[in-house]
Amino acid sequence: MSEKLYLYPVWLRIWHLVNAIMIIVLILTGISMQYSNPERPFIRFDLAVTWHNVAGIILTFNYIMFFVGNIITENGRFYHIRLRGFIYRLTAQFKYYVLGVFKGEHAPFPTNKNRKFNPLQKLSYVVIMYLFLPLIFITGWALLFPETIWLNVFGLSGILLTSLLHIVAGFFISIFLFVHVYFSTFGKTATSNFKSIINGYQEPH
Amino acid sequence: MFGSFILLLPVQPVISQDFENKAENVKCLKCHGQSIYQYYNDWIEQDVKKMMHPNYVIDSVAYYKGVHNQFYCTDCHSSDYEEFPHAGELRYEPIYTCIDCHGGDENFAQFKFEIIEEEFLSSVHSSDSIEGFSCWNCHDPHSFKLNVRTGEKIVDIVAYANNICFSCHTDLNKFQLLSDNDQSGLVAKHDWLPNQSLHFKKVRCIECHSQVHDSLLVAHKVMPATQSVRKCSECHSKNTMLLSTLYKHQVIESRREKGFINATILNESYVIGASRNYWLNLISIVIFGLTLGGIVIHGMLRIKTRKKS
Repeated sequence: MSEKLYLYPVWLRIWHLVNAIMIIVLILTGISMQYSNPERPFIRFDLAVTWHNVAGIILTFNYIMFFVGNIITENGRFYHIRLRGFIYRLTAQFKYYVLGVFKGEHAPFPTNKNRKFNPLQKLSYVVIMYLFLPLIFITGWALLFPETIWLNVFGLSGILLTSLLHIVAGFFISIFLFVHVYFSTFGKTATSNFKSIINGYQEPH
Repeated sequence: MFGSFILLLPVQPVISQDFENKAENVKCLKCHGQSIYQYYNDWIEQDVKKMMHPNYVIDSVAYYKGVHNQFYCTDCHSSDYEEFPHAGELRYEPIYTCIDCHGGDENFAQFKFEIIEEEFLSSVHSSDSIEGFSCWNCHDPHSFKLNVRTGEKIVDIVAYANNICFSCHTDLNKFQLLSDNDQSGLVAKHDWLPNQSLHFKKVRCIECHSQVHDSLLVAHKVMPATQSVRKCSECHSKNTMLLSTLYKHQVIESRREKGFINATILNESYVIGASRNYWLNLISIVIFGLTLGGIVIHGMLRIKTRKKS
């Protein structure tokens, strides 16, 4: 039996848990506001606004913990993308997910103590964590203080553009959530990765 | 007796366009068009400068941009005002209201002044506790101009309309001319409203505080505060109330079609819950469906191939 890897320190697991809860609250309240219906409210509009604002604020501070944690601990190195050969590695991982996994092939980039994420995982995490989340924070805080938003940007309402960016970023984060949960079943067993993010240890496979 | 020679001050009323009434009206505006006027006092035999009472200052630029710009001052005011100093009893002169001139006039049928009057008479502004409220308290005939139906920017329409309300509801002295009710703390009373300042800039007070009349472009039946709209989703929903109030004119002018369903709102603003984009919705549903479908198919194939192996 291979040795278990301690890949998820306590601070990271707390961040992940808070992150997951807040993002679920934000998605549900966000959908409720965007598709609000006076006759059949999914979540009452004023409550949805309050919960969305509170969850957004908590998520921002939680993100700061992640961001700083990745600078001051070694966890940050898992997010560094080595560009040389990256396309090749991405393609290999993609082929594995599309074909190899059905043929019983081994994963091309298995988890070890120096490689927590496969190339596709790494790319998606970097895009979500360092592009879409900052984007949704900037636009979200701007909408919380709308007086900071330019009234007019190239003839379009600044609030409209900010809201659209916020919603588009939120949409891609929601899509990521589903894909992320599904690919979490690619552990040694379908549930082993879910256990890992709770107890901190990952079983290589 | 005061002399009848009124001297022109260096600052002249600005009337760029040529109006037939200009020469006549300048006689009034050379004093009433500015905050300081000057006349020759026969008794003391010298020029005297005086402050014009703010209520009697007419902004000549606004007047000539307003809908009544073709009028001579004496069309509405007594010709006795041509004499200076004005006779004291002239202050008792009755003033016309909108319906006095526009009521029953086919030329103004589109504005539906009769319905406006009915709505006003059943509004809170016409209640027993308010004395002497007339059209002029909100609509100064010396500067009134159409804005809702002339395609002005929504933000300007809102600012114009809300300034009318604020001018009394944030000025205790002005308010108490009409009512003894306590109307202080307008901001505190709206503390419950999220993003209060944004709401004040983006929607008119009457959106929440008046009852919509199907035939009127601008509602005039202002309701008591207890009956005002407090439910967010009245505006923040697909069938937003704003389409029958603030954006009514735009909705009439441009039909709601596919694409930007509430294009009229989106042109100048964004109302969460109301601003929905048909194509963005469609694209997002397709992407979401493909993602979920892909996950389900991939998962099923994994289970199937695992069983085989």
